Amino acid sequence: MTEPDPHLKEAPAEATAKAIAQTLLAWADDELILAHRNSEWTGHAPILEEDIAFSNIAQDELGHANIWYGLYQDLTGAEPDKLVFFRDVDAYRCVQLVELPKGDWAFSMVRQYLFDAVEQVRLNALLASEYQPLADAAAKMRPEEMYHYRHTTTWLQRLGLGTAESNRRCQEALDQLWPYALQLFARQPWEEQLIVAGFLPDTASLQADWETIVRAFLATVDLQVPNVNRPPGQSREQHSRYLPELLADLQEVARLDPDARW
Amino acid sequence: MSIRISSVTVDQIWAALQAVKDPEIPVVSVVEMGIVREVDVTDEGAVVVKMTPTFSGCPALHVIQREIKTAVSDLGVGDVTVDTILAPAWTTDWISDAGREKLKAFGLAPPPQHGGNLTITFFDVATCPYCDSTNTTIKNTFGPTLCRAIYYCHDCREPFEQFKSL
Repeated sequence: MTEPDPHLKEAPAEATAKAIAQTLLAWADDELILAHRNSEWTGHAPILEEDIAFSNIAQDELGHANIWYGLYQDLTGAEPDKLVFFRDVDAYRCVQLVELPKGDWAFSMVRQYLFDAVEQVRLNALLASEYQPLADAAAKMRPEEMYHYRHTTTWLQRLGLGTAESNRRCQEALDQLWPYALQLFARQPWEEQLIVAGFLPDTASLQADWETIVRAFLATVDLQVPNVNRPPGQSREQHSRYLPELLADLQEVARLDPDARW
Repeated sequence: MSIRISSVTVDQIWAALQAVKDPEIPVVSVVEMGIVREVDVTDEGAVVVKMTPTFSGCPALHVIQREIKTAVSDLGVGDVTVDTILAPAWTTDWISDAGREKLKAFGLAPPPQHGGNLTITFFDVATCPYCDSTNTTIKNTFGPTLCRAIYYCHDCREPFEQFKSL
């Protein structure tokens, strides 16, 4: 049983709550799937220190997924473990950016950087959300994300300004990932009313803030933003061919014995 | 089943919670860590403890929650609720002076106080918990647990860990 949140000034109307829940599920799924992809480097990163660092980042993102799923549960009653382990591909709402295989080190670093930068602008904006649980969650995650952002910007400096080979790999990763990253700003049909109500920041201005930061930074590390301004898909209901395989891996043990207790 | 009327006081509960440690840093209590935010005893004798997570992805969270519940139950309280709250967000500034001393004795450099203005740079100076030198270098901002960074001390030539500021 969840008690009413004392920080919530006023419980949102049912339709609003439903819309907020959809956004929460989307964000939670993004964090979960990215955490899973990142965790695939555990034991395989180029050096031990980085193995530790990137595994930490994966664990942080999983923690953030847990916060979003928790807020989703407050609104819908759905249990996070059930959502994660027993939902089929069609019911997932992550963007394709996080589904793509981990690729080489440059690919994973560029993806994490683009995502970290999105989190920077989004969490900053959410601090002013009229839906207090969102503002509280953003305040909780923001300092942790500062460590990620510093880490991935450092890596991109090393790789972008490193050798011709490291720059080439980063550029290839950026060319491939950029359009996928844009999907994070694709306004979902249910979000219009939330933006108007001040619950969510405006996706267009978030994208503008993100591009300002990211374009300026990438230019300093000799990486060129590709000339693409549309994501391959807008809808979070469409998934890449990589998600089923990822979920099969993620859900395998839980589904072997759904009633197992820890 | 009859409901046991508890005569436990809020002070007794705070004292009992001193025995609950963070499993990843078994020398510091959850009270010293600033994790326990509020303790209430209702008129009916039910106890509500409000706790807040340190790092969002901390795997010790559920263990801590369970151990808080056990510690309060062991005082003879039948109805114990442990609520997890997110706001205000936990900060390392809440770790008490006693907690900081214990971290240091454990070999973990205590996090510097930042007064709410957390900045993260590569030039953060950590004080070596072994020899108190500040002639130290960061080796990895991430460590064996989410809350630790790895440093090296150039004076006593020992690697050490610092509790990361949050």
